[in-house]
Amino acid sequence: MTEFPGGSIVHGPRRAEVNGAGGSDGRRRLGEAGLNAKPSGRMHVADSLEGGVPARTVGEVSVEDPVFSCRDVSVFYGAKQALHSVTLDIARRQVLAAIGPSGCGKSTFLRCLNRMNDTIPGARVTGTITLDGQDIYDKSKDIAQLRARIGMVFQKPNPFHKSIYDNVAYGPRIHKLTRTRADLDELVFTSLSRAGLWNEVKDRLSAPAVGLSGGQQQRLCIARTLAVQPEVILMDEPCSALDPIATARVEDLIEELRASYAIVMVTHSMQQAARVSQRTAFFYMGKLIEVSDTDHVFTNPQHRLTEDYITGRFG
Amino acid sequence: MSRRTFRKIINGFALGMSGVATLVGLLLLGALLWSLLKNGLAQFSLDVFTRMTPPPATGGGGLLNAIYGSAIMTLIGILIGGPVGVLAGTYLAEYGRNTRLSTVIRFVNDVLLSAPSIIIGLFVYELVVVPMGNFSAISGAISLAIIAMPVIVRTTEDMLNLVPQSIKDASTAMGAYPWRTTVSIAYPAARSGMLTGLLLAVARISGETAPLLFTALNNQFWSTNLKEPMANLPVVIFQFALSPYANWQRLAWQGALVITFAILILSILARIVVARLNPARVRK
Repeated sequence: MTEFPGGSIVHGPRRAEVNGAGGSDGRRRLGEAGLNAKPSGRMHVADSLEGGVPARTVGEVSVEDPVFSCRDVSVFYGAKQALHSVTLDIARRQVLAAIGPSGCGKSTFLRCLNRMNDTIPGARVTGTITLDGQDIYDKSKDIAQLRARIGMVFQKPNPFHKSIYDNVAYGPRIHKLTRTRADLDELVFTSLSRAGLWNEVKDRLSAPAVGLSGGQQQRLCIARTLAVQPEVILMDEPCSALDPIATARVEDLIEELRASYAIVMVTHSMQQAARVSQRTAFFYMGKLIEVSDTDHVFTNPQHRLTEDYITGRFG
Repeated sequence: MSRRTFRKIINGFALGMSGVATLVGLLLLGALLWSLLKNGLAQFSLDVFTRMTPPPATGGGGLLNAIYGSAIMTLIGILIGGPVGVLAGTYLAEYGRNTRLSTVIRFVNDVLLSAPSIIIGLFVYELVVVPMGNFSAISGAISLAIIAMPVIVRTTEDMLNLVPQSIKDASTAMGAYPWRTTVSIAYPAARSGMLTGLLLAVARISGETAPLLFTALNNQFWSTNLKEPMANLPVVIFQFALSPYANWQRLAWQGALVITFAILILSILARIVVARLNPARVRK
């Protein structure tokens, strides 16, 4: 038998369930929080559910010269709607953090941006998303070329079952980015260096990537993404499987990468959002509740739900 | 009796029963190998590998033509059945995962997997032997291919399903087309399991007798012509074992020994190759 890291056997529609299950979960937890909340002059969280979810997102959704521009984006998994007309621009050279309780649609939103939802049977996306002004759901556009412009880092480190070198060289090879072996070596070197991994792996580039530690694997995954020379990097809870030290390294790395890339990061950790992002979007039950400068969101949230979430009342 | 004691007794009982079951299986296997070795090694000589099948009731002779025939037909069978099986398994695991077509294919494949091999022999007889006008090695190879296919389809699909979706997603997200993800990511990760599947298929078809009776038949003489009947170990063993002649019976035992050990050696070799191929094997 072959064994794989995290070797669960996966059958049938997968992430659809993960993303889809959250709505009711969020409601349940919210109810508990509401019951536990001390009686005060304020409205209970549970009450705020009824009339609290705004028709419009609070805060400024548009930015000047956005890299991504999303208008009325909704996602359905079969009959279930996972994302409700989200309108949001994503700025260049900036980290946008997407926060919210489990199943709130933040990962679903992220996966719209590189059309990874297309890989889930029964998933349907409506609305428009443009990358540099071009509609990414345009049927005549080549989906592989689109994804090459958008890097993605996943929740769990998922290096290929190849050597460290081949992991980084995979993207350049499939997109034929380099002509000679020397160019490829150079690109692998730059990518690993930018990901802060070169010094740790330079003597064992031909060693299997799965032999690295979790934090190194995640930085390898980032290096692998950088090697394709994307314009945007999407990160789906990139540190949730890492220990605090590895997390700190990845966060430092994100801080450096921000100078050249637009980064959208889904995170469960509000501290992390506060540390690394410049703009924060709060999702709840498939809706974008509030988006604003990170400082603003965390010090002076405009919406009751945002405030309740960041103060730890629920989620 | 406390609950703890009760659980201990239940545990002991279950453990004992599974131990007995294992022992029964191992004993049967041991007995089988023992009689094979005892009878097969009696008067075993290199003649088995160098001389042709002899006429009845004479001395000497070997199994060279049958060994060659079996090897060549198994080889051709795998060369036909392997690619078809791997591609079909790939379709089921990677492309048609939830489609109705794949459900139908999977079901038909399971039926084929459990179909009596003699039926497949008859099928190929009608399809190839009758139009050709005579029994032939190539029709034997085709029937072996049909038997190998469902085994390979099943193992290929299972092994590809074991490859974590997350690394396939990583490849997709980097802008790889599905075929590229399959060839560059899924196959290497599933390689050892797929190879094991191919090997299982080889083991299965190299011992098949029934389909060859209707297709390759047998040949007392040396023949390399794929359009003519060809000798092969299973049919020779079948024929010789049922005969009243002592030298034929002895060769039947020796043939059985040769098949068994050929498969054993092949399995060991494949495991070594797999271990070599897989430096990136995952640490647990």
